[in-house]
This record gives sequence, C-alpha cells and structure tokens, in this order.
Amino acid sequence: MTRPGVVVLDYGSGNLRSAQRALERVGADVVVTSDVDAALSADGLVVPGVGAFAACMEGIRSVRGDSLVDRRLAGGRPVLGICVGMQILFESGVEHGLATEGLGEWPGVVQELRADVLPHIGWNTVRPPEGSALFAGVEDERFYFVHSYAVTSWQLAATDPHIPVPGVTWSHHGQDFVAAVENGPLCATQFHPEKSGDAGAALLRNWVSSLG
Amino acid sequence: MTVSVRVIPCLDVDNGRVVKGVNFVDLRDAGDPVELAAAYDLAGADELVFLDITASSADRETTYDVVRRTAESVFIPLTVGGGVREPDDFDRLLRAGADKVSVNTAALARPALLQEAAGRFGAQCVVLSVDARRCPPGVQTDSGFEVTTHGGRRGTGVDAVGWAVEGARLGAGEILLNSMDADGTEAGYDVELISRVRAEVTVPIIASGGAGRLDDFVPAVRAGADAVLAASVFHFGRLTIGEVKAALAAADLPVR
Repeated sequence: MTRPGVVVLDYGSGNLRSAQRALERVGADVVVTSDVDAALSADGLVVPGVGAFAACMEGIRSVRGDSLVDRRLAGGRPVLGICVGMQILFESGVEHGLATEGLGEWPGVVQELRADVLPHIGWNTVRPPEGSALFAGVEDERFYFVHSYAVTSWQLAATDPHIPVPGVTWSHHGQDFVAAVENGPLCATQFHPEKSGDAGAALLRNWVSSLG
Repeated sequence: MTVSVRVIPCLDVDNGRVVKGVNFVDLRDAGDPVELAAAYDLAGADELVFLDITASSADRETTYDVVRRTAESVFIPLTVGGGVREPDDFDRLLRAGADKVSVNTAALARPALLQEAAGRFGAQCVVLSVDARRCPPGVQTDSGFEVTTHGGRRGTGVDAVGWAVEGARLGAGEILLNSMDADGTEAGYDVELISRVRAEVTVPIIASGGAGRLDDFVPAVRAGADAVLAASVFHFGRLTIGEVKAALAAADLPVR
C-alpha cells in the first residue's frame, strides 16, 4: 500500500515541524509547503494555525489558501484544520471586539471563552458523537488544547436529508465549546493532535487511513 | 470534564547536554536531552520544559538542534526558555519545534518584548518566567514578594505579583512562577506566593520550586497552580510522574 500524500499548508504560522513528524509517524508522506498545486493534488491537506484569527486569515489569504480549501472541498478532497486552522473555517472570529471574516465553511462565530483561567492550556476530555470515525478508539482520551477562543454553539442543522449530519465533538472549559467537527471531507480539531501524544497519533492515523 | 493538572519535568540544558545530574535508569545517555524527553514522555509527562543555560549566545545553535531533534521524536508540548531576548529568538525556537517560549530577564528589562512576541506569535506561546522571593529586610513591595534576577541572587525591588499581572496584561499567556526561597529546599512549593499571584492573574500558572515529597503537589494546585513543575525529584528518580499523578488523583484533582 502506498503512503497517502499530505500537504501541511505553510503560511507562516507557528510550529509546523511537529505536525509534519506526527503525520509521518502515522504513515503519511508529508510535504510542508505553500505551493497551491501541491496542496490541491495532495491526498490530504492539513491547515494548521496558531495565534490570532485575524493574522491567520491574512496568512491564509496571502497563499490563496481560501480558494484552495474551497476547490478541494468542491472535489470532495479531505481537509483537516487544526486549532486556529479550525477556527478560520467558521464564518467569523471576534478578537478584542473586532470581527474578522473567516472562510465561512460552517456558520458560527469564534469568540473568547468565558472561563476563570484563559488561555485554556492543557489536556482535556472530549465528547465525540456516536460512531465518530476520527475518534475511533480514543473516545475517552485527553487531548492537548491551547487557545482562548472557540465556537460555543453549533448552528449547522441537517436541512437536506441526503447530506449526512456533521459530527460535532464537544469539550468544556468554563463553558461547552466545539472541540472537533467531522463534516464529509472537511474535518477539524480545536486541540493539537500532533501534540497529544499517543491519543493524538491515533486520531491522525484515523484521518490518514481515510485518505484516498 | 475539566482540563487536567499538568505535571512538567524541567531539564536544564547546557551546550546541548542536560546538567544538574540526571540519574535515570535504562538510558543509554542520561545527558542527552532528546533521550530524556522521550523517557519522560513515556512516563506520562504532560509537557516538557527545557531551560537553556548555555552561557554563550554563539553556542545557541546547539539548542535549536536539541529542540529540533526533540520535536521530531516527542509528541507532547515543549516549552523552551533561557537566553531569549528578541521576538526573532521566539521565531527561531518556534520554527525549530518549540510550542511555547519562556522569557524572563529580557522582559523585565524591556516589557514591550511581551507585546511584540504576543502580537507576532500569539499569547498562547509566550510564557513569562518570574523568579520571585520574599522581600529581604530593607525592601518593600505591595505583595511582600520581589522579582529577582541572576538565579535569585539579585533583588530588583519590583513587586513580583504586580509584575505577573503586568506581564499577563502585556501578552504573556502563562506565568512560570519560580519561588527562589523554595527552590532547592525540597520543602514544598511556596503556596502563599502561588495564591497571591492566582488572586490577581487569570492566565495559567505553572508552579515551580520546592517540590520534594509527594505531599507537596496537591497544596500547590489547591493554592491555584494549573501545572506543577519539578526537576531534581524526577531526575534522581525519587518520584515518578505516575506517583505524582496518583497523589493528585487521590485528592480528586483531574490528571491525564
């Protein structure tokens, strides 16, 4: 069996090395690049992201990542967003009172969590939906989060009976928030699977093994 | 469903080698930070801290190499500190594979560094390390604690609690709170220092300094620490990560 090819989109955001190594560890051939053609043709595309929502959107647009994600999804090609790479998939993000437009793949606003201690840093439990493919075998594990902002209400209802209902995984820090989404070819995690030890590796393996 | 208390071993690294004697069994090279990091990962560490004590900045490349090799084999968060002066130092360490960068003296000398680093890389990767002690005679601060430099040898007269508050306001996403009074005593964390800082800041606190016995960890968390850091008790094998977690769990504190 050939190893699935994965591109980790490089748009100047944070530690990409860990993501690369974690994906290689679970059997992917990984290239870290901002090259649109490579990112379009890869079996899987990982959109990482740390820091500010607005800065990540700027970075994504600068490498044409916005249309890249659209084009991949139009062709049913898998995309995995991680941390802020997940947040920017929503309609908008509000930081310090300022709203920034996101990629709008899902309705919802990324907002600061209401919690006594922020950022939310550390290992937390999750509540995946019944039959989650991404969390198969690691439903009861803890994953590593580091963020202050999140989506706290899921607004995408099943309107078309022919389209499967997206699987939403929740976690809790001060309030409930979306920890992961599985929506056909588009998956995302608010936590860092590449930093979540063996549990994170198992999740990435689940994703990589689903690729083409 | 709550975020768990993090148990964090800290490694002092000098020129790419772990110092302060590490006495781990079953290691081919107990001085290799990469191998130690992997051992701690296996033992259940929730995060690792590397403190680079390399004297010469010319030798800093060695540190980047250690961070690079660690990030290639260990899949838990890694915080690196020591010798960080400029936002570009953050950039180099993050690119090498660090997840968070801790800064101490340089932020004290130029607090805007925290703003610049948080602006460029996000507050979540900016850790402010505060070396605090009780004010000696003749020194007064609002909290009764002052910030020290040079490994606790020099006082600054700056209020340690106030500095933690200011640091968080400027962009630090986490406070690494070292008690220089407790450091090396193995007589327990300084719970008064922890609770004073907890009362004033909303970012996570990593308690450091004083861990000696299993009973020391729960009071630090009860005082407000989100994470507990220790060095020698782990390195010399007197306590294991698992034992510390069991002690926390026995007190109904969440652990991984």
